[in-house]
Amino acid sequence: MKTAVIQFPGSNCDADALHAARLTLDPDAQFVWHTETALPAGTELVFLPGGFSYGDHLRSGAIAARSPIMTAVKAHAERGGYVLGVCNGFQVLTEARLLPGALSRNRDLHFHCAPVHLRVENAQTAFTAAYQPGQIIEIPIAHGEGNYYANPDTIARLEAEGRVVFRYLDNPNGSLNDIAGIVNEQGNVLGMMPHPERAVEMLLGSEDGLGIFESLKACVVK
Amino acid sequence: MPTFYAQVFVTLKPSILDPQGRTVERALSHLDYANVSGVRIGKYIELTLTGERAEVETELAAIVENVLSNPIMENARWELKEAREVAGT
Repeated sequence: MKTAVIQFPGSNCDADALHAARLTLDPDAQFVWHTETALPAGTELVFLPGGFSYGDHLRSGAIAARSPIMTAVKAHAERGGYVLGVCNGFQVLTEARLLPGALSRNRDLHFHCAPVHLRVENAQTAFTAAYQPGQIIEIPIAHGEGNYYANPDTIARLEAEGRVVFRYLDNPNGSLNDIAGIVNEQGNVLGMMPHPERAVEMLLGSEDGLGIFESLKACVVK
Repeated sequence: MPTFYAQVFVTLKPSILDPQGRTVERALSHLDYANVSGVRIGKYIELTLTGERAEVETELAAIVENVLSNPIMENARWELKEAREVAGT
């Protein structure tokens, strides 16, 4: 699956994202700088990595969401192309309105950096088909602004449509309904606060993030 | 071309938890300011714009709505003053 990892000034999980993508999906996965106006021809997956794009100035993800490459990322998503946003990438996706809701300061004001347990709530998406429904996985988080908020109608809709893909077992940040990750209506855009790219090798303590990449890989083969 | 000074006030919507505001409120209470409540922390942004008033107002409204605030979780209001109104300040 031809993968492009977008780099913004202040991205700091970009190398991890590229490593995970090369390991699992595309040996030739490449970085794309935020000032580009087009994705490499044939891009199938856009990976928006974690970090503190533009120093989190104004709001986390706000400036990155309005950078030149995002017009191409939106067009890619509208064409049905896959987009995976992790941590700051999730914040960018909400700011770009590719996903509903917003991410605000953790309820206890602390930056949380720890492995957490998630339940796979929907194992029928392009990102989660390799998991069992209800499977509990361990994936690290590292964020200060992961408190998912959306208005009650949006939350009800996400729940009714099975778009809450991952839920925290022990909510670290105050997210409504313990939401850790959601997909868009078409199911081709996933945003999540936990870092699956940091959980693809036992050397780093968990391989539970592999399922996301394996699920995507299977989409291409089909 | 007239110059305008804009002041933009961005606050979290009342329905959004403001942990910073709550922490400050608790600290004030520890300092024996027993009569203080409802502390909310927001942002204050200044801009200078040039153009005719009507177009500057339209432009500023769009900037505030689309960039300076996130209407999903924030409210924003702004005030605009022509430079000559504030000359000498």
